[in-house]
Amino acid sequence: MNSVHDMGGMHGMGPIEYERNEPVFHAPWEARTFGLLGAMNCWGKWTLDALRHQIEKIPAADYLRMRYYEKWIAAMVELAVSSGLATRAEMESGIPAPGSPKLTPPLTAAMVSGMVSQGAPSTRNVPIAPRFKTGERVRARNINPIGHTRLPRYARGKVGAIQRDHGVHLFPDTNAHSLGEKPQHVYSVRFTARELWGDAASPRDAVYVDLWDDYLEPA
Amino acid sequence: MDRPSNPHDHDHEHQAVPSDFALRVKSLESLLVEKGLVDPAALDALIDTYEHKVGPRNGARIVARAWTDLAYRQRLLTDPDAAIAELGYGGMQGEHMVVVENTPKVHNLVVCTLCSCYPWAVLGLPPVWYKSAPYRSRAVIDPRGVLREFGLELPEDVEVRVWDSTAEIRYLVLPERPAGTERLSKEELAALVTRDAMVGVAKVAPAGKGAAA
Repeated sequence: MNSVHDMGGMHGMGPIEYERNEPVFHAPWEARTFGLLGAMNCWGKWTLDALRHQIEKIPAADYLRMRYYEKWIAAMVELAVSSGLATRAEMESGIPAPGSPKLTPPLTAAMVSGMVSQGAPSTRNVPIAPRFKTGERVRARNINPIGHTRLPRYARGKVGAIQRDHGVHLFPDTNAHSLGEKPQHVYSVRFTARELWGDAASPRDAVYVDLWDDYLEPA
Repeated sequence: MDRPSNPHDHDHEHQAVPSDFALRVKSLESLLVEKGLVDPAALDALIDTYEHKVGPRNGARIVARAWTDLAYRQRLLTDPDAAIAELGYGGMQGEHMVVVENTPKVHNLVVCTLCSCYPWAVLGLPPVWYKSAPYRSRAVIDPRGVLREFGLELPEDVEVRVWDSTAEIRYLVLPERPAGTERLSKEELAALVTRDAMVGVAKVAPAGKGAAA
């Protein structure tokens, strides 16, 4: 979707605010939010792509105003409600509905180090031929889906060169919407700064964007 | 967390007036604990992992090893996941790593324009500026201007490569080893390597030139 989360190339966001010796969390509620979402993800009711889409669906003005972990709270509430893990009334009141069953959390403290060190690879071990070869010129398709996509607007319609094949990964555009993993090759595509931003850009510089087969066409 | 109807019990030592967020999150946590959806001890363990165990020191040790061991450097550039695993790192938000090397003629910069993807496994959780709209919006269109804001002016003849983390590939910048560090041990070298240098918004300063973060 073409919302404000897709902000690569925008002006007007102000100066970068740098904090020296920044703490990992700025307040206990940020840390608890980090832990809560990490633990709730373990129910397996939504994918990382669905989570990202939930965050980008936050109305644009709110998205720009909200703090990072504030967006996490908003997304977690929506996902917990839509997946049936809790009701909206419960999420608003903080009190379980009368008679609701007590469940067993899928993530225990003992499982955390294993989960962190193992991660969740997005690669899929399926024999799918790449559509493009290293060095080949490609054009990023001009698509404007209202759902989730990881093809940023600034690259659409632009011509680049395949720099590297990252192998077969699940496809966020379908995975975010429970439409299947649709595994396919992901490539690092090199776009010159001039192709993206015009002749005023440096003749040497380039932006490398990781793009899926479905985003690309021969150029 | 046994009194969800009264969230005013804790954290007063941290904040004289609890913010709305503190109250909101406390209420959510007590609900989710009471419903058996989360185990508060698992939250503690997750938080402890990223506050104390997984952070930019991981990346700094990788860089110092690459600076002092040519064979390791080669493995890190050609098979980064295996080379990073040799030092015991990897996993969540670092499952598919690519290491990009700075040279006198090439400078690499990492961003996620669409959200805030960051190589947690080697750098920990991202700083606020990395997640902020000013950085995410401008890193791709004006990397040299962004670097100037960080105090790094690059000569025209240096090629800037910006890596937009749009997929699940996570990027680590291998900075240049500063001159005058030939006699330093691997541990002393690691102490010079900053998070910012591994994202590409800074260079590693020589010993004694004290860099931040």
